Amino acid sequence: MIISVASGKGGTGKTTVSTNLALSIGSRVQLLDCDVEQPNAHLFIHPVFEHTETVTTPVPEIDMDKCTLCGKCGELCEFKAIVVVGETVLAFDELCHSCGGCMAVCPENAITEKGRELGVIQKGHYNGIEFIHGILRVGEAMSPPLIKAVLSYRDPAKLTIVDAPPGTSCPVIETLKAADFVLLVTEPTPFGLYDLKLAVGAAKILDIPCGLVINRSDIGDEKVKAYAANENLPILMEIPFDRRIAEAYSRGEMIVAVMPEWKAKFLELYKKIKARIN
Amino acid sequence: MQGNGNLLMKELIVISGKGGTGKTSLMAAFASLAENKVLCDADVDAADLHLIMDPDVIRCAVFQSGNTAVINIDRCTECGLCREMCRFNAISADYIVNSINCEGCGVCVHFCPEKAIDFPENTCGEWFVSDTRLGPMVHARLGIAEENSGKLVTLVRQEARKLAEEKKLELILTDGPPGVGCPVIASIGGASAVLIVTEPTVSGKHDMERVTQLAEHFEIPAMICVNKFDLNLDMTRDIENYAKAKGLSCSGRIPFDPVFTKAMIQAQTVFEYDGQSPVGEAIRSTWQRLSEKLGLSKIAHHD
Repeated sequence: MIISVASGKGGTGKTTVSTNLALSIGSRVQLLDCDVEQPNAHLFIHPVFEHTETVTTPVPEIDMDKCTLCGKCGELCEFKAIVVVGETVLAFDELCHSCGGCMAVCPENAITEKGRELGVIQKGHYNGIEFIHGILRVGEAMSPPLIKAVLSYRDPAKLTIVDAPPGTSCPVIETLKAADFVLLVTEPTPFGLYDLKLAVGAAKILDIPCGLVINRSDIGDEKVKAYAANENLPILMEIPFDRRIAEAYSRGEMIVAVMPEWKAKFLELYKKIKARIN
Repeated sequence: MQGNGNLLMKELIVISGKGGTGKTSLMAAFASLAENKVLCDADVDAADLHLIMDPDVIRCAVFQSGNTAVINIDRCTECGLCREMCRFNAISADYIVNSINCEGCGVCVHFCPEKAIDFPENTCGEWFVSDTRLGPMVHARLGIAEENSGKLVTLVRQEARKLAEEKKLELILTDGPPGVGCPVIASIGGASAVLIVTEPTVSGKHDMERVTQLAEHFEIPAMICVNKFDLNLDMTRDIENYAKAKGLSCSGRIPFDPVFTKAMIQAQTVFEYDGQSPVGEAIRSTWQRLSEKLGLSKIAHHD
């Protein structure tokens, strides 16, 4: 089973929920941090990393001895990542989407592929939790292939909890695609609600059941609850604002470590999610 | 200012690395203080600035970008070549294209022996030029699950620039997206400076460091501001020390204050909600330092 924790708006508490949920369940769990632009879960889980690998995406390499400058590669490429200029071929690796089209269309077989580094994946353990995250190389624009690589570590024998990136565009969709359930973490503010609606829209497009966690549930207004009632979205947990939680978070401490009574609440959350999937 | 505003015009992008540090609320507060500016929301994926600015849209345009393959079943002979060649797993066993998986590379379109695949352009969203009580604003809405957010970011920035030139305004104040990926890269390229709004938490610091490296990578001058600084003073100092070591100027500390949420609920900036709030002074002095760094004309004081 894959539970993806997403939000639309950033900073609503995705990482707080995914890490505390994973730690509360404790065994036969893996936590995949797919927010590869800004992976944060490791700052709270503190895993011991035992494996690091570089993730690359294929980009064209041109053999100029074979190239006849016919230009077919440039005509095919939708991303302007390869172009014949005068007596040479320029490849713009950072624009390449790795479709392999140029290599397939080249009549001279002058194009092969090499890897462009997207970032790294690290794998480790903490207290029985298997932990995997991806770190996008700073300066790299393309995160979906790295997200895909993180998700490939999914172990069907375990419960997989996925920390998703914020927003609703390609990186989020790539992350949510495989999920059995999307847990949306929001806050009861106009920004929280507006972005929640977008995230619910994304879950609907992907046809994945979802439920809400309202974080800092007492700081704003009642509109998120009204919206949830209207849309028939279950509110599975509420976390009231507590300066102790905020300060513990600031130091990289988990809610369940500082306030152990929360463990039961996260287990209850898991139970409710399981009931929704079955 | 002279007609050729190009050299004098400044573009400040407010980014954060981590989401939810208060970027948009702070940016809206700056909008209350800054004069002669265009507001621009470059967080097209989850645009929120309009919720405070309540814009009157005066121009709206469709954003089209990229293409999606559509198989014409009448002409398809199910030879399987497209499925074999597609690297994005976008074509099902019964030859339906999954538009979410389709990357828009056109490989299937090109190689289909029956020319049975159409390739219509995507409508990915809309962008707007609006009037607001605090000045003109350019903003956009990317469709849910749409791609090419980077291109839409580039477009709204171009339109904001055009508008600033047209109206001879000296500043473009831009709300940027979180993260360090494609939309952030599109947001900061060529800007006069970025302001990194962070918070004193382990994740705020971690993400601030990464986005600082990004600004460095693209050689954009960066400044830093710690929001909710009193949540963890040690962390605030760590962040400021990191910033100083990197040669970034620290433009201010803003205390934690529920007034931001209260103002947001009323669709107001913090100054509009409460001109006397304690955060007001912190924001004013932060803006003062920012405008000096940017070399803006003297600001008028709204009291």
